[in-house]
Amino acid sequence: MMSTRAGLSVPAIKVSVDWSKPLFAALAALLVALVLLPLSWLIFYAITDDTAKLTLSNFAGLVSDPTLRRPFVIAIGMSLGVGALSCLFATPLAWLVSRTDMPGRSIIRAFVTASFVTPPFLGAIAWEILAAPNSGVLNAIYRWMFDLDPYEHLFDIYTIEGLVFAISCYTFPYVFTLVSNALDRVPSDLEEASAIQGAPLFTTLRRITIPLVMPALLAGTLVAILQALTMFGSPAILALPAGFHVITTKIWSLFQYPAKPHLAAAISVPLLMFAVLLIWTQKKILGRRGYTTLGAKSGAPRLIALGRWTWLAWGFAGALLLLTVILPYLALIETALTRTVGQRLTFDSFTLHHFHFVFFEFSATSLAMRNTFLLGVMTATLGTAIALVTAYIASRNVVKGGWILGYLATVPIAIPGIVLGVGLFLAYSNSFVPLYGTLWILLIAFLTIEMPAAYQQFSSAFKSVHVELEEASRILGATRMTALRTITAPILRSNAVATWCFIFIGTIRELSAMILLTTADTKLVSVIIYDLNESGDLGAISVLGLMLLIVSFAIITVANRLPVFGGAKLISLRG
Amino acid sequence: MDRRTFLTGLLLSTALPLLPAFAAGPEVYDVTPDLIAAAKTEGVVVFYTSLDVAAAEKLAAAFEQKYPGVKVKVERSGSERVFQRIGQEYGSNIRNVDVAETSDAVHFAIFKKNGWLTQFQPAEVSKLWPENARDKDGAYAAFRAHLSVIAYNTKQVKAEEAPKSFADLLLPKWKGRMVKAHPGYSGTIMTGTHALLPVLGWEYFQKLGQQRVMQVQSSTEPPKKLAQGERSIEADGNEYNVFMLKESGAPIEVVYATEGTPITIGNAAIFKNAPHPNAAKLLYAFIFSKDAQQLNSDVGGLRSFHPGVVEKPERTPLSKIKLLYSDPEKLINEVETIKKKYEEYFGT
Repeated sequence: MMSTRAGLSVPAIKVSVDWSKPLFAALAALLVALVLLPLSWLIFYAITDDTAKLTLSNFAGLVSDPTLRRPFVIAIGMSLGVGALSCLFATPLAWLVSRTDMPGRSIIRAFVTASFVTPPFLGAIAWEILAAPNSGVLNAIYRWMFDLDPYEHLFDIYTIEGLVFAISCYTFPYVFTLVSNALDRVPSDLEEASAIQGAPLFTTLRRITIPLVMPALLAGTLVAILQALTMFGSPAILALPAGFHVITTKIWSLFQYPAKPHLAAAISVPLLMFAVLLIWTQKKILGRRGYTTLGAKSGAPRLIALGRWTWLAWGFAGALLLLTVILPYLALIETALTRTVGQRLTFDSFTLHHFHFVFFEFSATSLAMRNTFLLGVMTATLGTAIALVTAYIASRNVVKGGWILGYLATVPIAIPGIVLGVGLFLAYSNSFVPLYGTLWILLIAFLTIEMPAAYQQFSSAFKSVHVELEEASRILGATRMTALRTITAPILRSNAVATWCFIFIGTIRELSAMILLTTADTKLVSVIIYDLNESGDLGAISVLGLMLLIVSFAIITVANRLPVFGGAKLISLRG
Repeated sequence: MDRRTFLTGLLLSTALPLLPAFAAGPEVYDVTPDLIAAAKTEGVVVFYTSLDVAAAEKLAAAFEQKYPGVKVKVERSGSERVFQRIGQEYGSNIRNVDVAETSDAVHFAIFKKNGWLTQFQPAEVSKLWPENARDKDGAYAAFRAHLSVIAYNTKQVKAEEAPKSFADLLLPKWKGRMVKAHPGYSGTIMTGTHALLPVLGWEYFQKLGQQRVMQVQSSTEPPKKLAQGERSIEADGNEYNVFMLKESGAPIEVVYATEGTPITIGNAAIFKNAPHPNAAKLLYAFIFSKDAQQLNSDVGGLRSFHPGVVEKPERTPLSKIKLLYSDPEKLINEVETIKKKYEEYFGT
């Protein structure tokens, strides 16, 4: 590849500098700063005490102190529960959508996207409104149906089971996306062969289809588990009232007065290790999927006629969509438009009180909206640009060792949001680099969090663009940057737009890293929603939450018109 | 690590060399046209508060109406969160706060010790406030007082069945039916827990912890959970939120426990490094004025030290309630223990 440089002596062509090496160095430095700096501070704090002396006492506390040990046990149990339930939700739905002739499949896909876009903390708040044991709408209906006493209830969302359910409603799309993509690729000739041999549908499913999608199913489940393990908002909303901590809420509580940053750093380390382990396992599983794609080009997948089972299929899909999207959204709408939570929306109870409060009285609103919007745009723009160039250098091996960039850009996927928050706080609140309290620290956090997804999107896109096109341009004397600009960039434009939208939506729903990094001047909408939850102002939350959703859907709608916007690329978004 | 070492740790090089020699006595000031003009040039004042968000925004709106051209930025959170935030910001050299207000008197003792507060005292405060409700050096003054009360939902609990005392809350029939706020978040609850301990002891809290109590954070929230019928009884929570909700038609009622009711003094102060010093003085004078204090009482349901404030007739006057006080000088050393014990008994 490098030998094409000989062609530069063609006289008519202006010789200009090739920026790829300095660019490589700059990017490498940037990614190292983004990723390694906070992690190093985290480790440093974890193994030192207040006087900066080396110590292992922070870790000793993890073993000896039950108030630190219990959250780990609970969080792991909770995450496994979320993994299992997400699987149970997603697998049948993915099969119905990908492999049967059930009507309305595109509607179902749209609803799954809606569940995916819903910030999990907002879903948790909506489920508080729906299934709090006494004021919850569903329990009120239950009592009314069976004429029961005021304190009878069917659901209690403030339990570990309730928490698992409320998280699964918003993590099952990860499993769904991976499984339905895998199902789309299952060679139908194998299934047909099985059917021709006289195997009933169930046998074909069990012997052919399920084994073929198993890697995707496992990988998706691991992502759901990772999401649950690292999630802050939903446990803070549902577990604290129930009187228990998970790891993330415990880390956050260690920053309350009097703050114990060393202990918080120490407790973050095992969480980080869990996350790395999960990602590593997931990569291993997906790396072996070769045999599922072997016959991928053998024809369109065979759609199974559901016949009289259609109603059952719709019953399942409908119930799932009702639980994950429709009911929660209705609960938010009703709460936004009535005075007190749990009041039925009628002509009499209708009020714009909460809208008036949010937009005209609550002084944090406009600042938080401006910050959220500004950071969304900046992160999306910078993130897209950095990911694009990084993916180019890494995939084309422009510079020796370019792959390192790709590696660095993917590392944050294994850093839980709250751990990153701790690391960034420690790295940038000291007097060397005082970024705490500015929007910059939030920008850094957002960029780090969104980098893996953005990078993966471009990385796979580059694999589809032929190197020859770029090389042809280089032979004609263009520098690498010119080639990139004039040949590759236009091809990648739609990818870039999709990535941009994607990062933007990711930033407006992010809470777990931001909760430790925002200050009065650097408020974000997600954080004020959390603050309002702590004082029980659900009406105002509903208004702000609906606003976030409307913006997200507007952007999704725009992005959906682009051909490249596919579910598979959404995988590393987190809540 | 106790409070002091933590704060000095945060402060490091910044505030320690400036540790003040307090001039004795406050610097009393009036609201003059010059002050108003100077405040208008600054245009903004930043108010950190733990007041209920609706009440805080009402107060801000009243100020903005009286002094058009000066916007109030309300930064509301739990008292302990406000305190932690100011400590964190000062530790990172962020000078954001102009005027702060929390319901944990300990905070202001610490702010004062750190030399973070001015000695400005509005004339109204020095003339009208009882001596024990204002700092002798003028560093802070009691902006409000409020009680942490038991309360119940009148639709779910009949008046004659309602608990009369803290001891009643331990009855088996209330298991799973109570809500309670958190001392790690709320200054009111921290103060209230400290005030109750000499009377009830830790064994009360240990037993209460076995009653499957719904644990919320802010002391503004339990009354809201009662109003929506999520729980029937609050073991603690702001009296003023009960008033606010009751007056908007919610079926809830206060109980002044026979053992006594904890009172919380909410202080306010101006910060020395306030980015908007004149607007800060203007807001500070305003929040102690009769109008603002009357608004606090009418809309916010708060108790006032302003002798001119008239309480609504249906409210029980403080003189008829058995009050339990917490001594901030003692609480300062108890905070860690309270939080630790609390987590042991209540789980978080």
